[in-house]
Amino acid sequence: MSARENILQRIRAANGRTGALTPAERETALARLRAHPRGPLPDMGWELLPRFKERCIAMMSSVAEINSVADVPQAVAKYLTENKLPLSGACWPEFANLDWAGAGLQIAARPANGDDKVGITGTYCAVAENGTLMLLSGQDSHATTSLLPDNHIAVVPASRIVRAMEDGWDLLRREHDSLPRQVNFVSGPSRTADIEMTLVMGAHGPFRVHVVIVV
Amino acid sequence: MQVTSQQFKQAASQKLADPKVQKALKNAKGKLVVARAKSILELDNFEEIREAAARIRDFGLLNLEALLEEWEKNAKTAGAIVHWAETPQDVNRLVIEITQKHKVRKIIKSKSMLGEETDLNHALEAAGLDVRETDLGEYIIQQFGETPSHIIAPAVHKSMDDIADLFTEKHKRPRLTDIAALTHEAREILRPHFLDADMGISGANFLVAETGSTMIVTNEGNGRMTTTMPRVHVAIAGIEKIIATLEDVSLMLRLLTRSATGQSISNYLSFTTGPKRPGDKDGPGEFHVIIVDAGRTRILGSEIREALRCIRCGACMNHCPVYQNIGGHAYGWVYPGPIGSILTPAYVGIENALDLPNAATLCNQCGVVCPVKIPLPELMRKLREKQVERNLRPWTERLGLKLWAWAATRPAVYALMTRIAARVGRMMGGESGMLHKLPAAGREWTRGRDLPAPKGRTFRELRARQKGR
Repeated sequence: MSARENILQRIRAANGRTGALTPAERETALARLRAHPRGPLPDMGWELLPRFKERCIAMMSSVAEINSVADVPQAVAKYLTENKLPLSGACWPEFANLDWAGAGLQIAARPANGDDKVGITGTYCAVAENGTLMLLSGQDSHATTSLLPDNHIAVVPASRIVRAMEDGWDLLRREHDSLPRQVNFVSGPSRTADIEMTLVMGAHGPFRVHVVIVV
Repeated sequence: MQVTSQQFKQAASQKLADPKVQKALKNAKGKLVVARAKSILELDNFEEIREAAARIRDFGLLNLEALLEEWEKNAKTAGAIVHWAETPQDVNRLVIEITQKHKVRKIIKSKSMLGEETDLNHALEAAGLDVRETDLGEYIIQQFGETPSHIIAPAVHKSMDDIADLFTEKHKRPRLTDIAALTHEAREILRPHFLDADMGISGANFLVAETGSTMIVTNEGNGRMTTTMPRVHVAIAGIEKIIATLEDVSLMLRLLTRSATGQSISNYLSFTTGPKRPGDKDGPGEFHVIIVDAGRTRILGSEIREALRCIRCGACMNHCPVYQNIGGHAYGWVYPGPIGSILTPAYVGIENALDLPNAATLCNQCGVVCPVKIPLPELMRKLREKQVERNLRPWTERLGLKLWAWAATRPAVYALMTRIAARVGRMMGGESGMLHKLPAAGREWTRGRDLPAPKGRTFRELRARQKGR
């Protein structure tokens, strides 16, 4: 017998069963998967946008608001200059045609590599509950761009801010047939407290996360 | 990992007398307990969510077979390669086989307690592979050649000075004396390895049956690197990690991060489903998941089944008055604190960890803070009973209890003995009225404290006198 069979056999015995599951029993067990009911949620009687901004800041992200995607390069330039950060980097292809040069920036539409200091991404949706970006990996949404550069700038359309993680999953189920290779929920810059329980930003991922909300 | 739980008493005494360990524990205790208490206040219905979390975990255990098969089906559909391992040795063998298949030389690893159980790093090193822990705490511990002393803060017992000395020696750079600078030095040292490693190994906080995903919770970003940068990714996960749906995981996460570090959410929650898709510019070409028993089915069918609800947050140890004073290493295996006192005997054999279920006051701080409501004191009591049933207690203890039972069931003998003890006790207490040294089993008790001496009359005598009045 294979390891798989042995393990399943022991599970059966431990759960007080003798034979394998009947199709009907299996369906009963899996009914929860089909229905995926929500558990009890905490009170969420707040407004989406103010809550999202407040929680982003609590998670040590910074926030800016603009009126149109066309304003992204100016917003990025402002952030980078104010913080004395490098003016070049990589962005997701969806921002390839923005006027980066006009804002004094050198931004290439390609996956970020280990040398890039700035990575600019979109966002699948954002979760107001904890100031979280929901990012899907994919052909045009490179996972490395939000990970390798010291500075991650994310563009979030206000219309894509949802209340809870559960709402993010519902959106994903509606818009996609299956999960991408990786779904990442990102809440602020990378951090660690592994030395004497002292919090330090910039462990292995970005030192800074800047959220540009398009309202 | 080698089991040293039988040396618990000596190790605990050592840790109590070690000022460095005491300082580190005091620092950690204050921070983690306060942070958790504050963050659970954000959930107005914390107890309701906690009850639901316990039910979600029980649902997973009761339907383990159906959920694992469904998880496997969905993971395979997404392109994952699924393996099953019955023993810790099987896990290490499977990982090494995958490294051989892909001609792997360098491995980066994100934190996995299951990897500690199987002693994976040593097995990989013995097979000639270069394996690097990348979680800062685990990296520090690996460089020291030690084992973690806490499941979420592995290097909590090390001071900044210890780490500065270590980094100076290992990194051959000028000595730094600032925590942020040390953290960033480790970042610089590890970054090139993230970029050129052949394989990444991660654990899993949960397996999601509905989607066939493995998911990890991290703050540093090393987990994302490990699961994205190398060309092969291997995730190892215990069978009990199964959760039915994405909704159920979302609920668990509200409790996990708050119970662990007091964070409302960890920085990165990463759900991985299969390898790189056609057209993807990043991600591993091959994704393996090893589903592991290694003693879990034995627990499933035992009286401590509820221990499998554990989501490895560490709250029970953070709040345990015993752990707070001796730290994690004294427990002698992978999992310290109350949950370790239950899991260690279950995994390594009850006879190899006799002191652990007894190393608790049963104060139930752990039971109160456990996010999945594991009745930890009750399970420790069950293990104590089992030790007695299997005659595993020392003969002196057994004899002592027999003698006591003999006397206690004979009221006249009992009354006489207590009268003698009360009088002798008063004499021995002398002017201070304190006993500094008790005989026999009492010796251990008075090693660290005094016992107020009896005042000379037993309760029965006083009661009799009162009645006579």
